[in-house]
Amino acid sequence: MKEIEVNTTTINFGPQHPAAHGVLRLVVELDGEVVERAEPHIGLLHRGTEKLIEYKTYLQAVPYFDRLDYVSPMCQEHAFALATENLLGIEVPQRAQYIRVIFAEITRLLNHLLNIPAYAADIGAVTPFLWCFEEREKLLEFHEAVSGARFHAAYFRPGGVHQDMPEGMEEKLNNHFKNLPKFIDDLEDLLTNNRILRQRSVDIGIISRQEAIDWGCTGPVLRSAGVPWDLRRSQPYDAYDKVDFDIAVGKKGDCFDRYLVRIEEMRQSISIIQQCLTQIKSGEISVIDNKITPPKRSEMKHSMESLIHHFKLFTEGYRVPEGQTYNAVEAPKGEFGVFLVSDGSSKPYRCKIRAPGFAHLQTLDFLSKGHLMADIAAILGSLDIVFGEIDR
Amino acid sequence: MLEELKKINELSNIKDKEIFYEGEFIKEDAVSLFGELKNNEIYNFDQLIDITAVDYPSREKRFEVIYILLSMKRNKRIILKTFISENENLDSIFDIFKSSNWYERECYDLFGINFNNHPDLRRIMTDYNFEGHPLRKDFPLTGHTEVRYDDVEKKVVYEPVKLTQEYRDFDYTSPWEGMTDRIDDLTGEDKA
Repeated sequence: MKEIEVNTTTINFGPQHPAAHGVLRLVVELDGEVVERAEPHIGLLHRGTEKLIEYKTYLQAVPYFDRLDYVSPMCQEHAFALATENLLGIEVPQRAQYIRVIFAEITRLLNHLLNIPAYAADIGAVTPFLWCFEEREKLLEFHEAVSGARFHAAYFRPGGVHQDMPEGMEEKLNNHFKNLPKFIDDLEDLLTNNRILRQRSVDIGIISRQEAIDWGCTGPVLRSAGVPWDLRRSQPYDAYDKVDFDIAVGKKGDCFDRYLVRIEEMRQSISIIQQCLTQIKSGEISVIDNKITPPKRSEMKHSMESLIHHFKLFTEGYRVPEGQTYNAVEAPKGEFGVFLVSDGSSKPYRCKIRAPGFAHLQTLDFLSKGHLMADIAAILGSLDIVFGEIDR
Repeated sequence: MLEELKKINELSNIKDKEIFYEGEFIKEDAVSLFGELKNNEIYNFDQLIDITAVDYPSREKRFEVIYILLSMKRNKRIILKTFISENENLDSIFDIFKSSNWYERECYDLFGINFNNHPDLRRIMTDYNFEGHPLRKDFPLTGHTEVRYDDVEKKVVYEPVKLTQEYRDFDYTSPWEGMTDRIDDLTGEDKA
């Protein structure tokens, strides 16, 4: 019998490596430079968010969602707010719905403005990073203007949003988004037809339509494989049914398609924001029920009842009727869902967080099989992995 | 669709909750039920979104295991539940939904639920050599061990958790509101 010599090298990639996008440990089995197997070890950033939320009131749970996928904070608060509102059986006022959509889209821009240059940096381009960070900073100023924080905003709360946009904000937003498409054009000039970017991403990490569905892929990864599925369109929440936008769909499902889908999504986000800004009217920004949303500061100085409401809300919190629900939003990375169980008290009995990245990272093994070691960095970058949400 | 779902023998207690359907099944039926839901053109629940569990320590069957499926063709979700006790196993549905691989590993890690025929049932979230299942209700929030870098041994060491202050769990329920059930029992003048 002929003996076959198996000559593979096993190497350890991460958990501290700039291309690992956080704390990913990969055990890679290589035959020469060709990947035979890539096994992700995750959980190095596991903070027990779901357990912690069980010990916090519904309002106190909101900030934990900013810290999951820390590059797209507001979209995650959105899922939690929708789930809680569903259990409470309340509907958010119009203005709050529009504000939420505007900021969810700003968050999407923020996310893609980080992912695209980070992906480009993984495969050798440095300039986009510097350009995009400048743009991100401008968008983060809007975050700061409404919530006081650049990242950990805690702005979308069950019942509406925390506070109204400051005066003159709508005009500022209008001006800003008039100019942003120009920036995306410039970014595309730099990247889309760049020889190196194309060589490193076309036909790399192909995922077929069926595979993407089987592996639970959502968001840009699913759309790049040619499935026109977007929760904003198919299961609209808040004001998404009142705006008109296109769904970017890829053809091949390779890294380059995923990049193109994200670029187009940025353009659509800008258009959604502009439509919202023309449609938005003044009005309430949260439900007028002091059993759920705190009274205005000014009222508290005069009204005993307001003071009591405020005190009760920030100590005990509000009680949520018994029940279970699953609410999902189209986060920049894919379907971000919250499965919430209430036992009738003021703290969630169980809060399961469905993170899109968790399902995407699972596909890494078969996406990288047969590719070169260097392509792992490209595939990881194109999947848009953030460990805050995967490890939870 | 609700009518068609009711025809499936394995499903019981089906409800339409507007944004999703809800149903229950017994654990032995898992593989056949998921195969039917995925492959039958009427339902076409071809994407497994998540598997999770809820722990109710007081119940005899303490774990409620939850499967969330999505049908993109029909634009519908279904949440399926099954109840198991602590020493019962579930059948893995890896052969039907590939994505169940990590979801089941997560359930195993955080709740200690075993899945038969799973290709690679290892811990996923917690540390290497971790003991216990953190999302069970009887697992303390603070955990059992803490880590620090030991300068003498030149390595990270594990020690039992030491808290400078006991974990405080305040009861904010107002004593008046807390008595609502008793107030109902009172009659006449006592009610005030």
